[in-house]
Amino acid sequence: MILYLIVPIIVMILYSFNQSHARLPVVSFAWQGFTTTWYQQWNAIPGLTPAFLLTLRLAFSTMIVSAVLGTLMALALVRYRYPGKAFVEQTMFANIAAPEIVLGASLLGFFITLNIPRGFITLFIAHVMFTVAYVAITVRARLSGFDRSIEEAAQDLGANPWVTFVRVTLPLIFPGVMAGALMAFALSIDDFITSSFVAGSTITFPLWVYGVVKVGIPPQVFVFGTVIFVAGLLIAASTLVFQRKKA
Amino acid sequence: MFFFLVPMVTMLSLSLQTCNQVTLACHLTWSWSNFPDQIRQYHSQFANSLVYGSLATAIDLAVSYPLAYWIAFYGGRRKNFFLLMLLLPFFVSFVIRTLTWSFILADQGLVLGTLKRIHLLPGSFHVLASGTAVVAGIAYNYLPFTALPLYVALERIDRRVVEAAGDLYASRIAVFTRVILPLTIPGIFASFLLTFVPAIGDYVNAAILGGTNNYMIGNVIQDSFLVYSNYSAASALSAILMAVALIGIFAYARVLGGRTIEEYI
Repeated sequence: MILYLIVPIIVMILYSFNQSHARLPVVSFAWQGFTTTWYQQWNAIPGLTPAFLLTLRLAFSTMIVSAVLGTLMALALVRYRYPGKAFVEQTMFANIAAPEIVLGASLLGFFITLNIPRGFITLFIAHVMFTVAYVAITVRARLSGFDRSIEEAAQDLGANPWVTFVRVTLPLIFPGVMAGALMAFALSIDDFITSSFVAGSTITFPLWVYGVVKVGIPPQVFVFGTVIFVAGLLIAASTLVFQRKKA
Repeated sequence: MFFFLVPMVTMLSLSLQTCNQVTLACHLTWSWSNFPDQIRQYHSQFANSLVYGSLATAIDLAVSYPLAYWIAFYGGRRKNFFLLMLLLPFFVSFVIRTLTWSFILADQGLVLGTLKRIHLLPGSFHVLASGTAVVAGIAYNYLPFTALPLYVALERIDRRVVEAAGDLYASRIAVFTRVILPLTIPGIFASFLLTFVPAIGDYVNAAILGGTNNYMIGNVIQDSFLVYSNYSAASALSAILMAVALIGIFAYARVLGGRTIEEYI
């Protein structure tokens, strides 16, 4: 069972070491022999590295903005009562549950109506929009078990609201914010469907890969895939170890 | 801070409403005929989406229920490790994940190529560019979405209830069908929504693993939007898709309460 989940990953790693036949820089379906050429020539494909860097830049900016907005949203949802709150909660949920293609299509329609040129900015807006709800929900889960009397104690001890927030509230909810931010990063770096609608002529890594599917995939794609996979795994493993140490 | 937030939150929710504004854009001409026209024109793609989506969801539920059950009840101290294994595919880009399946299922690829070489399969046998490949791809890509809510639901069951049922001479099958299964129904429904809704909107699997006969409604939406610039048709189609998703969500909220589903995300 677990094997079924892992097989494609193994295939990806395996094929990143596969020799190509006839010296064409295209991954062949059949196994041709072991090589590390593609790792040495990771930068050899025009367009791939810029697309990848753009994706990283997009993911980082999305992560930071989503983490801030999502945290504020979570605070607003937990702490305050205001008209339309239930509506906001439902839209947030609809945002998560809606098929991505609908989000992408509606955003594109929106951008077209407002005549906004498609590019990095529209990608960024779209990514923040679909990640912010995940951050808000993660942070809210953390906030719901929050003891308000700690904040009151801080205020009694003379801290103004800002100091209370930065020195008391934020450190306590930080694990939630961090988890939400990482989730936003992962969602953004991996997003294909929504991006394909709002990207215009800007190409992210998943879009680039999808674009070459019909032409032939350079093995470097699998090299990048393997590197992302290992990096993600290391981050996840280190958080696991870190948690265990704390426990 | 409160006054700073309200406009922001409203703005965000407004940006979500664009889905409806898009339909508004094509409502300006009041051409309601868009909807039946689109459904008539693309009914086979709609059917494909529904069939593939349901099959993939059914497979995912059937596969991940025992898996989640096993992790929740017998995972012991290595639960986190197993959950990490479950999430492992997420560390590989979605497009690449789908792509590797085309390598696995390719005619000359790892599996079929080998089987053909030892003459277990006829040379003309192929899986790619068929509905089977699309269903397999969707089922694989969305499996974690099914397994995790099920895990949460199973993990949450009070073990004493299960023991009590056993003490009351319920057979193991009776314990499962009369105690465990009913308690996990909200989780099953959450799994269903989180898998089925993205699955019917998916078009990457159909584009990479399927042939032109296997196009799903997502492919049509994408084509009409990005290739033919037929915005009103594309918007009408996505509005229909959104309606299907919303019906599912509201049905859930009605039957099981609005907040519960968030606990499974």
